[in-house]
Amino acid sequence: MGKLPWHSSPIRKGVKRALQAYIAVKKYDAIVIGAGHNGLTNAAYLAKAGLDVAVLERNSYIGGATVSRELYEGWTYSNCSYVCSLLRPELVRDLELPRHGLQVVPYGGGVTFMRNGDYYGNFYDHERQYREMARHSKRDANAYERYTADVMKQTRLIRPFLLKTPPDPTSLKLRDLKDLMEYGKSFMGLGEAGLIDALKFWTKSVGDFLDEYFESDVIKAHLGGTGVIGTALGVYSPGTAYVLLHHYMGDVDGNVGSWGFARGGMGSVAAALAKSFQGFGGEIICDADVDQIIVRDGKAKGVALKNGTELYADTVVSNLDPKRTFLDVMDEKDLPNDVVTKAQNFKIRGSSGKLNIALDGLPSFTGLDQKSPLMLGDYHFSDSLPRLERAYDDWKDGTWSKDPYVDVLIPTQTDPTMAPPGKHMMTVFVQYCPPKVHGNDWTPEDKAGFEKSVIDQIAAHSPDFKDLILHCETRTPKEIEAEAGLTEGNIFQGELTFDQLLFNRPFPGYAQYRGPVKGMYMCGSGTHPGGGVMAAPGANAAREILRDLRKPNTVPEGYADD
Amino acid sequence: MAGADERMLLTTPFHSRVAAACETNCWGNWKGYTTPNSYIDVELEYFAIRSTTGVFDLSPMGKYRVTGPDAEAYLNRLITRDVTKIREKRVGYTVWCDDEGQVLDDGTIFHLGPNDYRICAYARAIDWLLWSAEGFDVLVEEETQDVAALAVQGPTSCAALMAMGLSGLDQLKPFGIEYFDFEGEQLMVSRTGFTGDLGYELWIAPKKAEDLWDRLFAAGAPHIIKPFGMEALEMARIETGFIQAGVDFIPAEETIRQGRSRSPFELGLDWLVDLSKPVFNGRKALLEEKARGSRYRFAILDVAGNKPANNSFILKNGKQVGVVTSAAWCPTAKTNVALAQLEMPHGAIGDELVAEIYYQRELHWTKVNAPCKVLESPVFDPPRRRQTPAQPF
Amino acid sequence: MTDYDVLMVGAGHNGLVCAHALAKSGRKVLMLEAGDVAGGCAATREFAPGFSVSSCAQWLTQLSPQVMDSMSLAQHGLQFAARDLASVSLAEDGDHLVLRGDKLEGAQISAEDQQAYADFSGRMMRFTKILAKAFSTRAPKLVESNLADRLTLLKLGLGLKLLGKNDMNDLMRIILINMYDVMEENFEHPRLKALLSLDGMLGSHMGPRSPNTVFGYLYRRVGNLFGYDGPAQLRGGMGALAEAMVASCKAAGVEIRCGEAVASIDTDAGHVTGLTLKSGEQLHGKLVVSNVDPVTTFQRLVGYRNIETGVVRSVSNIRNKSGTAKLHLALSGLPSFTGLPAELAGHRLVVAPDMNYAERAFNAVKYSEYSAEPVMDISIPTVNDPGLAVDGQHVLSAIVQFAPYQPEGGWEQHRETFIDIVLNLLERYAPGISSQVVASELLTPQDLESEFGMTGGHWHHGELSLDQVMMMRPFHGANQYGTQVDGLYLCGAGSHPGGGVMGLAGLNAAKEIIKRGGAT
Repeated sequence: MGKLPWHSSPIRKGVKRALQAYIAVKKYDAIVIGAGHNGLTNAAYLAKAGLDVAVLERNSYIGGATVSRELYEGWTYSNCSYVCSLLRPELVRDLELPRHGLQVVPYGGGVTFMRNGDYYGNFYDHERQYREMARHSKRDANAYERYTADVMKQTRLIRPFLLKTPPDPTSLKLRDLKDLMEYGKSFMGLGEAGLIDALKFWTKSVGDFLDEYFESDVIKAHLGGTGVIGTALGVYSPGTAYVLLHHYMGDVDGNVGSWGFARGGMGSVAAALAKSFQGFGGEIICDADVDQIIVRDGKAKGVALKNGTELYADTVVSNLDPKRTFLDVMDEKDLPNDVVTKAQNFKIRGSSGKLNIALDGLPSFTGLDQKSPLMLGDYHFSDSLPRLERAYDDWKDGTWSKDPYVDVLIPTQTDPTMAPPGKHMMTVFVQYCPPKVHGNDWTPEDKAGFEKSVIDQIAAHSPDFKDLILHCETRTPKEIEAEAGLTEGNIFQGELTFDQLLFNRPFPGYAQYRGPVKGMYMCGSGTHPGGGVMAAPGANAAREILRDLRKPNTVPEGYADD
Repeated sequence: MAGADERMLLTTPFHSRVAAACETNCWGNWKGYTTPNSYIDVELEYFAIRSTTGVFDLSPMGKYRVTGPDAEAYLNRLITRDVTKIREKRVGYTVWCDDEGQVLDDGTIFHLGPNDYRICAYARAIDWLLWSAEGFDVLVEEETQDVAALAVQGPTSCAALMAMGLSGLDQLKPFGIEYFDFEGEQLMVSRTGFTGDLGYELWIAPKKAEDLWDRLFAAGAPHIIKPFGMEALEMARIETGFIQAGVDFIPAEETIRQGRSRSPFELGLDWLVDLSKPVFNGRKALLEEKARGSRYRFAILDVAGNKPANNSFILKNGKQVGVVTSAAWCPTAKTNVALAQLEMPHGAIGDELVAEIYYQRELHWTKVNAPCKVLESPVFDPPRRRQTPAQPF
Repeated sequence: MTDYDVLMVGAGHNGLVCAHALAKSGRKVLMLEAGDVAGGCAATREFAPGFSVSSCAQWLTQLSPQVMDSMSLAQHGLQFAARDLASVSLAEDGDHLVLRGDKLEGAQISAEDQQAYADFSGRMMRFTKILAKAFSTRAPKLVESNLADRLTLLKLGLGLKLLGKNDMNDLMRIILINMYDVMEENFEHPRLKALLSLDGMLGSHMGPRSPNTVFGYLYRRVGNLFGYDGPAQLRGGMGALAEAMVASCKAAGVEIRCGEAVASIDTDAGHVTGLTLKSGEQLHGKLVVSNVDPVTTFQRLVGYRNIETGVVRSVSNIRNKSGTAKLHLALSGLPSFTGLPAELAGHRLVVAPDMNYAERAFNAVKYSEYSAEPVMDISIPTVNDPGLAVDGQHVLSAIVQFAPYQPEGGWEQHRETFIDIVLNLLERYAPGISSQVVASELLTPQDLESEFGMTGGHWHHGELSLDQVMMMRPFHGANQYGTQVDGLYLCGAGSHPGGGVMGLAGLNAAKEIIKRGGAT
């Protein structure tokens, strides 16, 4: 209990803390900056192709935002990311992550508690979900079937491109044109009406989209919350319907749209990736804080660490977000002007906070049987779209939401490894929480105020909740940034709005994982297809790197979505 | 505050009786209700339908009530048929389409009274029915849970029901409706069914459901009345060539992939489409399809041999030209029947094709290329189905 | 009874443009207008004894020169009272920021911002050219495209390619985002940012932070391409445009009957057969063109029961929530805006101190509330056109955002409060203005709806947001002016490219009807 996965011995052997003399002379084939899940995925595929690869991690532990940490004795927190669905099954299988210890257990459903004491239970079981919807609105229960089909149509449009490099629409290269044709074909396959539906879907707000199907406030709110998670936009901001999609396109064992827990917390994902990488002979170096990417004659040559050590490689891959990559670990003089401007303009706004809570027992929620399967899912307390929108208004005003949208889960109901028997761990994702409060740095008072707004909201529906709290670790964007290195604490390494998707991610002209400097690459969630613990950016970047190095490709094709 | 209903599946108003009769204890899920796949033995249940009387709990069938001054106008815009031709106390089988002329569902329209109708449908429909009600002075309500229903089907069904006291029932014509008093409640009987045989459907308030079951089985005993489950029904409906939503076609709004829905013409339901009506959903698209030609054709196939052609590809000169959507060996007609979707121009009556059938015996898989022929009409269509007065057996 | 080739429902400016072109093509056109005068949103009305005002649109910013020329509007009496007006972003302390053409003055605007604006404006104009190309033709179909559509697509694609890699990249990025971010990327001065972002949200249900507002901004900038280097004011108000258009139409043989409300557009078996008027009179025609918004057209006039359910759903899903009110003040004298030079009094005056202010103003309307501190686009038309008021008195007309369609409890409970809010706000910029008010009139979205027949009171007949433009406007199946009802066409602002007294929806619709050989 409480042992973090990365502590287990094979990994620990790979983690070399005393590195100075040993590595000063060594030149790697490739260096990956950051041991987040994408960095590890990228490194694994490079190593699989026979390259000598080192992954450098600033923290003394790996994982980036896919970590499990013991911050309270006996409890393991999925400190940042907390559920697993988007992780590409092709990669999981290809890198043999299950053999390396990753076990993903699906969880079902969710519940939105209402101010009037009732709730909407989003049952995992289809028939029960239908009946529960019908309890709120018969029409909505029926409309949900059309809604699901329509969302799936959009999902099918994007899923085949997750494990592909986006084409450059301004390019006239054969490969780009061919890829563009494939996109075109996929869009044309929708038919005129379908294509117009798709274009509308991708440009409208999740609120407007839901209004076209549903009449019940609580059903709209329950479904709409996912349209703003991790995004500095409100439910009525155009473009958020796509964000909704981003949360529907994953799968656990082929059930598109369902979510699961990584047993042992999200750190298990990083741990399994690390083992896979090490199995290919890769090396992970922790406590290696990169100061700068060394560029000579317009080519990447390696990295200089903050402690003065230099490590060399002709291929340097950054798993950091675009701002950190170009404005922090790269020197402006090594970069074209447009890249600096584009990095400055890149939207990576912190909008989320997180509470990790150790509980003395399973809390009870008003009106809900503790044995209900709904307890196993996610809990929300925003019962209308206007409430969600007002939460966003607070963020725009530079403060945390006074009535936040929260995504609460208690994974210890199905995962015995994260808390002592009979005890529980609660993860609370909070939308919205600004990177700065009215333009100023977070003060302890601010943080306490933020924590209180969240705890009070939960407690309003759970009378015993406050008494059960043994420890609460509160993370504003400031802490998320400090810990995981995500600029402004943005969980997706950059907003998932259409202007920053596909060939626009991270910025137009640089969406094919290659940086502006020869030998320098990007592999983080700031690149296509974005964040959410997919590992696709890391794999896609590896494919491009191997192509440049004229090495055989080791990255698998995506499964056909028939 | 009412909390969520925590049960996985609902039970029908007949459940206590159904459960007692369900010796196989083999259950399935029909639109959120627990329903027996079989009661005693599928074969025996099937033969009850064909030789005596079989009873099927129809309660989960989606039921929608349409009332108000515009009810008739509303339905005429909704469905492909001319609803004015379904006279009062008559029932009509119909389909309804989306604007693209693709079938959303098939079902029956019960003309209960002046501007008072009931729609019975397989797929859930209230969203579409309400969207379609915009602009009409009409009230559309789902009443699935408010009406209990039994299908009483087979050669002795009329006799059994008359024995229960429904005097004069033998005079009821096919697709007719008659009302009876049942212990002070109104019992509605329609001469309708999904088995292609003489048969009736009974509609009553749920509180009288168990009494109705008891009296029906008591009165019907001399006429050899047996309950039957989903599997026997499936055999009967394939034998008589009835299509099933979700099996032989996918309701258009549930399709995700472009081109997977079907028009009424493509389902062999041309006779349900009245293009002379000025306005109805799908009219424009169906007119265009009529001019342009359909993509698919529905066919009833007589398949050689006795291996059911479930999920078979249909070949012509070795090239795939269609698929089987439903198939069964029909014990009464002693024919191996398949319902198939064929690409145009295949599937004209008399066309000779090949069904690629895979079957397994003790883990040994065999492939048969069975010749098959497109039939003009269903293999089972007895005269007693239409005779009025209905015969006692 | 005379038989007409084309019956037109509504005689707004787009309808007049369309009718004129159809008449020119040899078709016999009859227009039915419910109001007492033709012109729709191009209207001048006496709102208080002796005080007239452009009662809906107050500026002319983007009337297509194609329309101007083809209708010979100048010959038919159209005169500008002023044009290429500056936009003045007001400051309470009188240190106003003035945007004249591409030049910025005042308010300690930095040289960097001045340069940045010149660059920005140049870039936007390059983008606008592509938009203008798309606006002057029907929106192409994508999958079922015919040769004409493919040609349009090719032209647009080529236009994009010709922008060069950097501009093309930039366009594809910013078209999807909001004015707030684009402003933050380019400028420092808070009032400059607010002034420009206001152009992206005028008449819409969006704030500076709403994605898609860059499109709104570019839409407005199309006016520059049409020769409007700033707003223009017509002599006699916007009603003068209507008068000139009516004159042009009559000269072309169009018959216009005002005060004749259409009760229904009649159909038979999916074909249009004519119109029934409120008076009971029935008119037969091979073609009906509707200048009224798509919701009114299909819901009220054709009737949902006469179209298919999918179309009903499409019509119902049109977003047409307005957040815009119009304020008219009759003033005993010229109001004195602090620090405003006399020569600027007749220009466009804007109250939008910063983008967050504008965003807060927007917040309210999301919850059906009105802004505690609205943004305003103000015109004092009597400075350039004294004839609109008697005896040297003045008129102030302002677009006020945001006001909901229906505040809780209804507008009658709130009307006076909101007028007070606006007057108090004006007082901060023009002290003493309240004492000059002789009469006032507030047109809420509901009033705009009933006066101008626009569902929701939306002056574009439907939100001009990316999900409702081009082939998505107004909806699939009606996006090339023809509709699911054979012989029924749309020609109003609800169709591509949209509203704003541009006239292209009407012109494109006429072209489409002529091309299809309609009513011949």
